[in-house]
Amino acid sequence: MIDFEYHSPVSLEETFDLLDRHGEDARVMAGGTALVLQMKHRFSRPGHVISLRRVTGLDSITLDGGGIGAAAGYEQNGAPGSVRVGALCTQRRIETDPIIAETLPLVAETFSRVATPRIRNMGTIGGGLVHGDPNQDPPPALIALGASVTMSSSKGERVLPVEELFIDYYETDVQPGEVLTSVSIPPAPPGSGSCYIKFLPRTADDYATVSVAALVEPSEDNMCRSIRIVLGSVGVTPVRAVDAESMLQGQELTDSNIRACAGAVREAVDPLEDFRGSPEYKTDMAEVFTRRAIERALANVG
Amino acid sequence: MDYQISLKVNSTDYQQQVPARRLLVDFLRYDLGLTGTKEGCSVGVCGACAVLLDGEMVASCITLAVAADGAEITTIEGIAEGGRLHPVQQAFIDHGGFQCGICTPGQVIAAKALLDVNPTPTEDEIRQWMMGNLCRCTGYYGILESVINAARTLQEQAR
Ligand SMILES: Cc1cc2nc3c(=O)[nH]c(=O)nc-3n(C[C@H](O)[C@H](O)[C@H](O)COP(=O)(O)OP(=O)(O)OC[C@H]3O[C@@H](n4cnc5c(N)ncnc54)[C@H](O)[C@@H]3O)c2cc1C
Repeated sequence: MIDFEYHSPVSLEETFDLLDRHGEDARVMAGGTALVLQMKHRFSRPGHVISLRRVTGLDSITLDGGGIGAAAGYEQNGAPGSVRVGALCTQRRIETDPIIAETLPLVAETFSRVATPRIRNMGTIGGGLVHGDPNQDPPPALIALGASVTMSSSKGERVLPVEELFIDYYETDVQPGEVLTSVSIPPAPPGSGSCYIKFLPRTADDYATVSVAALVEPSEDNMCRSIRIVLGSVGVTPVRAVDAESMLQGQELTDSNIRACAGAVREAVDPLEDFRGSPEYKTDMAEVFTRRAIERALANVG
Repeated sequence: MDYQISLKVNSTDYQQQVPARRLLVDFLRYDLGLTGTKEGCSVGVCGACAVLLDGEMVASCITLAVAADGAEITTIEGIAEGGRLHPVQQAFIDHGGFQCGICTPGQVIAAKALLDVNPTPTEDEIRQWMMGNLCRCTGYYGILESVINAARTLQEQAR
């Protein structure tokens, strides 16, 4: 690892100041699980590492839309009933948090599938999103739920849907000087069902070969009111299969319609070749696991 | 750049000068001479370097020593009490929890971390938790048996 200067600011203001001063030569560090590895392998060589560890106010989990969120001084820009998760919350904390278990079971399920308990103790929700690895588990589920992130800098704040955060392979829309401060996650619509499937043919702690988050809202007469299908490990970013979704939206939830929707996912994906499989294989698996994800999401309604 | 860090390792206070790029595993092994913690894969996957940082299991091979400033660290050297092995250590001996031994410090730390938060784990919970600690001798059944029995001993002691 190349030597660098280490900073441990205690406030966001101090963090912005350091980021503005050191520009492109500075990197923010949360859990460090991705950044330290990149620095070890010299993919990343920052002259200044700014740890968020001591910055206060970035590790709470609160309900948005008044109440606790307002009391904690949060900007009220999430939908009412949304859960606001501080960027520094670890993956393990999110997996085990009672508010999340109660209001966002899909999120609790998804975070429990990340790596191993040891990594989940270290890795944070914010660090994982900014890292921008398309093989990660949380992005598909967060996009399916319509989550958004708040980015802050010395110039102010902006809110961005998670869906628009990912630009390219390991590239996210985080501008120099910005810190991702929180993620706002709306609950799934009442009467909907959801699930996250991580296809792991190798080992239980691996990254997904293909992953699918599905959120389906059926009506009483078995029509599809709304649907979200978002896949991981099938391209340079997480992929929302909008055209496939529109094949089921407003249609009856029959076996053949579900199969047609899953088949349409093939057009949305563009998997990379790696040791987990060829693009052809991953495309086949994307179809299979999309069908299973929709079926399982429907079985979870209630 | 060098930085002064103060931290507690196995109940002893240390104040030490470290370069920013020093990894926690190297700090423990080379600066403090605590060579019980092993480095296996160096990329956070294998679990050999597991230590407890403020009670939470972390991978010391991808943790910067400077980031442990102010923390309390427990390594394999620190879990026996008053000259008596920790029940997890004793169970690994009694139930064949290790063969070559390289992964053992990490396995023992992981098992202790589990039993600290969940003293009555099911077999499935033990498997889920311990899956992040690889054993190249593939002695997984012995490890599972050891953790099951350590949990039993700890429950008896708590009674
Ligand atoms: C062994 C191993 C196995 C893994 N397996 C999985 C898996 O199965 N599934 C999965 O989804 N992921 C997996 N991961 C990836 C893991 O989820 C990420 O490494 C983790 O989420 C990154 O979070 P962090 O807090 O450690 O980020 P860091 O390493 O601290 O930072 C990552 C990047 O984000 C930037 N950053 C961090 N926080 C902020 C912020 N608040 N604002 C702006 N920029 C920020 C940093 O500058 C850096 O570029 C694995 C990682 C390891 C090491």
